[in-house]
Amino acid sequence: MHIELRNVSHEFELETGFLPVLENLSFSIPKGKFTAIVGPSGCGKSTITRLVSGLIKSKKGEVFISNEIVNSPRSTVGMAFQNPVLLEWRNILDNVILPLEIVSKSMNRVEKTKRARELLSLVGLAEFEKSRPSELSGGMKQRASLCRSLVHKPEVLILDEPFGALDAFTREDLWQTMLTLKKQESFTCILITHDLREAIFLADEVLVLSGRPATLQFQLETKLGDNRKLDDLYTNETTKSLSILRKQIEIAQKHK
Amino acid sequence: MTSYNKIIIPLLSVFIFCIFWEWLVWINGWPNYKMASPSDLWPAFWKFRWLFLSYGWDTLWRTMVGLSLSVFVGVGFGIIMGFSKTMRIALYPLLVGFNAIPKATVVPVIALMFVGFHDMNTILIVIFISFFPIAVSISIGLSTLEPEYKDILLSLGATKFEIFYKIALPKTLPEFFGALKVSVTLAFIGTNLMEIIEPHGKGLGHLFDSGKISADYPLMFAVLIALAVLGIFLYYIVVLFENIFAGWAERN
Repeated sequence: MHIELRNVSHEFELETGFLPVLENLSFSIPKGKFTAIVGPSGCGKSTITRLVSGLIKSKKGEVFISNEIVNSPRSTVGMAFQNPVLLEWRNILDNVILPLEIVSKSMNRVEKTKRARELLSLVGLAEFEKSRPSELSGGMKQRASLCRSLVHKPEVLILDEPFGALDAFTREDLWQTMLTLKKQESFTCILITHDLREAIFLADEVLVLSGRPATLQFQLETKLGDNRKLDDLYTNETTKSLSILRKQIEIAQKHK
Repeated sequence: MTSYNKIIIPLLSVFIFCIFWEWLVWINGWPNYKMASPSDLWPAFWKFRWLFLSYGWDTLWRTMVGLSLSVFVGVGFGIIMGFSKTMRIALYPLLVGFNAIPKATVVPVIALMFVGFHDMNTILIVIFISFFPIAVSISIGLSTLEPEYKDILLSLGATKFEIFYKIALPKTLPEFFGALKVSVTLAFIGTNLMEIIEPHGKGLGHLFDSGKISADYPLMFAVLIALAVLGIFLYYIVVLFENIFAGWAERN
């Protein structure tokens, strides 16, 4: 699904007045593409995820998903956050099934289970379907959370720093899991991140936002192709892209 | 801990407590119109065994009915206060004020209001005394639900009701059972307040009052022990339900 933001401005109402967070932001993500959004902290990145998912409505401008204005939440969206927010009273399998209970009520239990197991085995959690979330490590919880965000075959996947709280090695594992999922499932993805290497490794395009109120400051197309490996992060070309992005972030921070 | 130990250790602690009690009475040479000892209790139980059974049942069912209703009242208030900040601000002072009133002072008011309806009066007092912890725990559980939990379901277009029974309700269960354990013990206080104060009623409270009038100290102590046993019984029923419905909250 093609995602488009057209001249979107948004502000939060505070007791002291209005706090503008997004200003005249426009960008589009072609169907099936993976776009990473980076920018200084607090610049309004998470607001974008809430706008695209329809949880909030922008004050000005429009958000489109396949040329339809997004006014309210839609079942064709999947979300994952930095906090995996798994339900402690459900085992991993039932946690992954949760979205199907909301959007595919007609689907029977066997089909739901089959679909959830398919994803769990993709991310390497097949043996843990009966475990409680509290028995899993941080990385495993995040894998389960990714499965949950994809179980209802969403056309749009919104990831709000899902790997942010993981240690460096686990994070790299999860990046590869993400690539596996990207190959198997078809979705258009927005990834919010603070990690420039993560942005380059996972995305087809990286957007740099300016400081608050955020607007589109810079766009960079990554050229790693479909069969990326972690080693690709250490080539001259990637190093050059990284340094460009880092400079852009510096500019964005000063602008703030 | 093995299940064998889970039974043996509490029994042993009760036994040691009784020995200590018996010793305390013996060493001080207290006569049984001053302090009954455990060995005085059994004759008292045996002498009034049929009264203990029928009055014990009165007390138990009144407490259980009252407690069940107070769950409804408490959960109702909890839901209202948990979801609406305005209602929370509006209701808290009223509930806290109501809860701060000693229920012993409410008993004669209720008893005079509905003369003769002994069962209903007792149940009313049980509700008054035991709904508060439940209301507070549910309202706190619901109002502190992390927004991300709601977002997972809201972003799929789930209804408010779906969010409530799929996420908010189960997530609050451990707090609810914690409060229910407090409420169980409070409920017995409520039942007995009414049974002791209101004349012509039945129940263990009434038996206690009879013991008091006839200066039968072993009987009074036997009633207290019977109440403790009922309290423990009901408490562990709540624990049983807790293990079934909120056992996930316990971590190994």
